[in-house]
Amino acid sequence: MTCLPAQTDKKLGLVIDLDTCVGCQACVTACKEWNTGGHMAPLTDVDPYGGHADGVWFNRVHSYEHTTELGGRTVNFPRSCLHCETPACVTVCPTGASYKRASDGIVLVDEDKCIGCKLCSWACPYGAREFDTDVGVMKKCTLCVDRIYNDHLAEEDRVPACVAACPTSARHFGDLGDPASAISQLVEERGGVALMPELGYKPTNRYLPPRARSERAAKVDAPALQPIKAEGGFLGWVDRMLSN
Amino acid sequence: MHPAFSVVFFTTATGAGYGLLALLGVLGGLGFIPADFWLGLAGMALALGLTVAGLLSSTGHLGRPERAWRAFSQWRSSWLSREGVASVATFIPATLFGVGWVFLGKSGGWVAVAGLLAAAGAVTTVCTTAMIYASLKPIAQWHSRYTLPAYLIFAAMTGSVLANALLQSFSAGSSAILELALLATLAGWVWKLATWRYNDQLEIPTTANTATGLAGGTVRSIEWPHTEENYLLKEMGFRIARKHSAKLRWITQALAFVVPIVLLILAFMAPWPLAAMASVLAAVSQFAGMLVERWLFFAEAKHTVTLYYGRA
Repeated sequence: MTCLPAQTDKKLGLVIDLDTCVGCQACVTACKEWNTGGHMAPLTDVDPYGGHADGVWFNRVHSYEHTTELGGRTVNFPRSCLHCETPACVTVCPTGASYKRASDGIVLVDEDKCIGCKLCSWACPYGAREFDTDVGVMKKCTLCVDRIYNDHLAEEDRVPACVAACPTSARHFGDLGDPASAISQLVEERGGVALMPELGYKPTNRYLPPRARSERAAKVDAPALQPIKAEGGFLGWVDRMLSN
Repeated sequence: MHPAFSVVFFTTATGAGYGLLALLGVLGGLGFIPADFWLGLAGMALALGLTVAGLLSSTGHLGRPERAWRAFSQWRSSWLSREGVASVATFIPATLFGVGWVFLGKSGGWVAVAGLLAAAGAVTTVCTTAMIYASLKPIAQWHSRYTLPAYLIFAAMTGSVLANALLQSFSAGSSAILELALLATLAGWVWKLATWRYNDQLEIPTTANTATGLAGGTVRSIEWPHTEENYLLKEMGFRIARKHSAKLRWITQALAFVVPIVLLILAFMAPWPLAAMASVLAAVSQFAGMLVERWLFFAEAKHTVTLYYGRA
């Protein structure tokens, strides 16, 4: 059913730290590698070695320049499904292929019911869904539903592939519905934000904004040569000799 | 948004088809248009032909058209599913009305009931089509109070201009239908101008800042995640040059509104068969104009995902 559950037992999701993400694309390739053989497989690539490479990816990392009165900084921004609490991508689905799980809040597509009308991708403001032109159905992030409950994996590996791959631990996975969970605490502590909250989709995933700039480091716009105080002692003698 | 021809044709053709069906259902059922076999047959064939052609065309947009039957199941939440249900349900009274009015030559009684039900079904289906677009919050140009009335007005407009062309062709024209077609076309023109005006002044609260969660200052895209166009950019990132948009708006106005208005006024004054020729030309010109209008409806609509790609 494409009607949404009144509430979900858990709100599983990701928290992405924009302060520590280095834009290495490891999460992107790990996601593709796992999921092209996973629940929504295959993640088709069209003309992968040609001039017009195109394909299905669940996770894409953008780079932005964020300029404020304090100066500019580069922010790497991974973008994937936010597993919204009120996902319009689910309610617009005419066939019941899209659904939100009442148990953990994960938004999934039943590929066998999808007619490929693409309306869900129009309804998602975040661009989380990508159409597989080869199979003719819509595909999206599964939050690695085939990893996180997988008894065949070691317990520490039961996290989404993107989280497992991140070398800077910029990606965190957990229950955002439980205020006591480590991930909820992290959001609380770092002031995590929801994307496009004004549209009212109530995304589950949170993004941790880059930390405020410290004043400890030297100003990059300081004069190249600053007069220094004359040193005394041996070093002062060396300085005076070299300055002659 | 990418203007897929299958969807452009679908919404234009079903709008005209359901508009005509609603008019025939009411006017034929209540006996205002006398039951005439050939006129009735041509009218119902045109109305149902346009809707069937449109609905079939819409399946051309699907990745898996063989599963289209599944789209009737989620009417509780999905406007697209409701459209599917309403469109098919409308065929039941429409077929009954067609049999009674065309083949049995009857009006009033059960034929009137079937005709009115077909008209109600037609109006409902047009509303559901409009709501598919009006309910999409990521596309501000569609998620506006202009969209639902637009679909209804344009269905009434193209339907009444078609009805007039039909009646004139069978030399059964009435000045009331001609006036209706003329007024509906004027209303359509006014509504389209108002919509464009609204869209051009639209201030969208969703920005690259809210899209990325980066508060304050400016957020400039410096690198995309991919070098080639992906599905998102092909489907949602369609862009139309401002100068083409302006030109196409003039073409829309000329073909869909100005030419039909002039021809309909001509039909008022000219004797038959000149009046019939003018009426048919008005309908053809308007249909072509509405295809351009619908193409622009998609091409000028901006999806929030383009914010991630630095395309404001």
